Amino acid sequence: MFTPHTDAERKEMLTALGLKSIEELFSDVPGKFRFPALNLPAGMSEMFAQNYVEGFAGANASTKEFVCFLGAGVYDHYIPAAVDSILRRGEFFTAYTPYQPEISQGTLQSIFEFQSLICNLTSLEVSNASHYDGATAAAEACLMAYAHFREKRKRILLSHAIHPQYREVINTYLSGARDIEIITSGKNEESLSDPREINNLIDEDTALVMVQYPDFFGRVFDLSDLINEAHQKGALVCMIVNPIALGLLKTPGQMGADIAVGEGQPLGIPLSFGGPYLGFIAARKDLVRKLSGRLVGETVDGNGKRGYVLTLTAREQHIRREKATSNICSNQGLMALAATVYMSLLGKSGMQQVSNLCYQNAHYAAQKISELDGFKILTSEPFFHEIVVQCPISIDHLNHHLLEEGILGGYALEHEFPDLKDCMLLAFTEKTNKEIIDVLCEIMKESNHG
Amino acid sequence: MAEPTIYEISSPGRTGFQFHQPDVPVAQLPAELKRNDLPFPEVSEVDVIRHFTRLSQLNYGIDLGFYPLGSCTMKYNPRINEEMARLSGFAMAHPLQPIETVQGNLALIYQLQEWLKEISGFSGITLQPAAGAQGEFVGGLIMRAYHLSRNDLKRTKILVPDSAHGTNPATSSMSGFEVVNIPSDSRGNIDLEKLKEICDDCVAGLMLTNPNTLGLFEEHLQEVIAIIHEKGGLVYGDGANFNALLGIIKPGEVGFDIMHFNLHKTFSTPHGGGGPGSGPVAVAAHLVDFLPAPVVGIVEEGDDETPPLYGFITPSKSIGRMKSFYGHFGVLVRAFTYIAMHGANGLRNISENAVLNANYLKKLLGNAYTVPYDRACMHEFVAEGFWDDAPGIHALDVAKRMMDYGIHPPTNYFPLIVKEALMIEPTETESKQEIEHFAEIMKTIAHEAHTEPELLHTAPHHTPIGRLDEVKAAKDLVLCCWIPPEE
Ligand SMILES: Cc1ncc(COP(=O)(O)O)c(C=O)c1O
Repeated sequence: MFTPHTDAERKEMLTALGLKSIEELFSDVPGKFRFPALNLPAGMSEMFAQNYVEGFAGANASTKEFVCFLGAGVYDHYIPAAVDSILRRGEFFTAYTPYQPEISQGTLQSIFEFQSLICNLTSLEVSNASHYDGATAAAEACLMAYAHFREKRKRILLSHAIHPQYREVINTYLSGARDIEIITSGKNEESLSDPREINNLIDEDTALVMVQYPDFFGRVFDLSDLINEAHQKGALVCMIVNPIALGLLKTPGQMGADIAVGEGQPLGIPLSFGGPYLGFIAARKDLVRKLSGRLVGETVDGNGKRGYVLTLTAREQHIRREKATSNICSNQGLMALAATVYMSLLGKSGMQQVSNLCYQNAHYAAQKISELDGFKILTSEPFFHEIVVQCPISIDHLNHHLLEEGILGGYALEHEFPDLKDCMLLAFTEKTNKEIIDVLCEIMKESNHG
Repeated sequence: MAEPTIYEISSPGRTGFQFHQPDVPVAQLPAELKRNDLPFPEVSEVDVIRHFTRLSQLNYGIDLGFYPLGSCTMKYNPRINEEMARLSGFAMAHPLQPIETVQGNLALIYQLQEWLKEISGFSGITLQPAAGAQGEFVGGLIMRAYHLSRNDLKRTKILVPDSAHGTNPATSSMSGFEVVNIPSDSRGNIDLEKLKEICDDCVAGLMLTNPNTLGLFEEHLQEVIAIIHEKGGLVYGDGANFNALLGIIKPGEVGFDIMHFNLHKTFSTPHGGGGPGSGPVAVAAHLVDFLPAPVVGIVEEGDDETPPLYGFITPSKSIGRMKSFYGHFGVLVRAFTYIAMHGANGLRNISENAVLNANYLKKLLGNAYTVPYDRACMHEFVAEGFWDDAPGIHALDVAKRMMDYGIHPPTNYFPLIVKEALMIEPTETESKQEIEHFAEIMKTIAHEAHTEPELLHTAPHHTPIGRLDEVKAAKDLVLCCWIPPEE
């Protein structure tokens, strides 16, 4: 199939090696364990494999046929055709990490442009070449802050209004670093309290304050004062941001944040049942040596021609080994390329348009839902494209109804936020419109009475 | 001429993509929450397609030719994998959909879990890790959690051979351990005597790459594992080199406790210019409860009429979540398709040919290059990129010259235990002719190193750009381009 040798060629090669059979190449493998049987189905032709795999794909409901109001960290956006057409170029997707810059300028310059777009989106000065996803980027930001203070400041403050999965990942990532203390703001029974109240917890031992913007519930707060207060106590502030929201909203840099991380999936990357996605990390320039992952810098060749290389590699595992800023090696190169093409294509006006569509649709929906008997919007203004809706019936029940009508309903919050009983998070992108939202409201009304 | 940046081709007012107007009543965003400007390029779709197409042409990929980048397994990436990953049932499914609506995805994950366990001989597995390094991190945290769960608090060290990949020591520190280096012996194995000397009951475990980064199968594998186990430690297998072992040996059966796979190496998923990868981690029975959450399992048994219901399970002593959701699902679909097409015989055939190709290539090189630790190799081998009688020539020069012949250079300067290392991994998807052609090029370069060293020092000559000034890049630190803010 993908191994080209004919029997005759294999024989010639073995003869050249002075061997009679291929098995002889494996004499170092302990005999007792050598050549085990693998209990797998027999290999299939491409045609049969395609049928087989399509069977799995066909057993799902997807956002191709269903209207999607699910968000909670990843969103159903339209992906322009140009994005995948570039990703399918073999020169991009069959290359690896650009260790040899002379034959990798395509990858290197694309990453440089990715870094540029992320910097301009967040108003921060440096960006890495990508991280695994938003949650792991947030975890790396915690390690970055810990290292920045030479492990002397031991507290990481997490807003209670960050994505619950991000909190879980941060806990896992920091479990190896014995003396870091992670504190989450807020109380269990007040999930929707103002995340800026985290300011009460900042002290001289705080390395990092992490807040989400828009927060997990979709709310948008001006964080400038909080950031100012944190800085007065000497702590760093990291904002977890939604890149589409930054098409409209005041930026982390404008508010004075030191680090911004986020999930790049909304930037032209398919939902793909959870991945691969794209983590990004941007920061102030003076933190660059604590940044994790690859970085691309501009330089020149011997003739003065402009080119790009991987730079500041002394932070990384292949040079620094146990003292590296992170262990990351492979990153999300191709997903960063998708985001680069997406952001380039949309440009200034497209980014503002998509951001505005999300904002407008969510606000219309909030208005309509609030007019429904028994339903209540718990999200205070202003919000971006997600809202918390309290329902008169169980979310399971409601979502079941919606599903029957071809709609993927909201994310049930009760499991992770016990005080938000019968509440769900609904997300609105440019893929919805007035008519769809009206239908949603109609079904919600019926489910309540039906 | 250099390709301008996307910012440099921007023309104020130009648009590349038009969305519709909102059809709902307009709400106002409070002015104090608005950003003042969005400094993004303004280009057309044609501009974008041409720009990135031209950039792609400055790249070298497997699709263009031989890519013997050692340790990275740059094998051909089958096109059917790409089509399968893009099926709407996969690519357009939201990860938080009710499980009843994603049974196909969960069944695929479950089936892949079963296959990878069978191929590697382990009892449990997680497909969550994003890449090999994150798989190692899972392993490190599992080792930690396992010892702590037994109230064994003294295990502060992880042993790492001096030939190990950089991620191994980096991961060990991230997992909260002190790294102790283990030297290699004259045959490229772990130095057994040293290992016995160093291994005590403060050792949490050993990270072992087998075949190791010299491309050699560890000759004392069972002894090494026994030494660690006797002291109560665990053995972690870095499976980056698993392409040599499909159907050849099951690491779980020999006594490895944990192992990660690199689906982007062994199972043909594309490297994407740096990623995404996928690094599933398999574990032996005594570690199954520590796996990251969630894993996919059967939550309701099926019967003759109804299929089982697949869902998510949190292992009882789980180390927690490693990343959002369930792993790089799109990558998993590609690896799944690849395994389905190969079956047991096909997989073994892959490893046989990978090992055959590496040995054949090594043989063809003859004495042109020194291969330290010269014995039958597995899927790759490491040669030295210098000669005593060609002063001033380094592995870097050899690598750069190779590009002039239209070939991607091997990995260089790794592993660290070989001076001026050139780590060569042909993979099984290269033909006999391609390998012979490459051997000729290698020999020509060795000859040039002795007769025309300048050719190597100033190489490459036929690439879109010459050797780049890395010192300047690090000193000036230009990491992005800006549009000057509007006054
Ligand atoms: C031996 C070895 N271990 C670990 C890794 C790390 O894997 P990844 O890049 O998928 O994180 C690599 C990758 O190049 C490797 O070659």
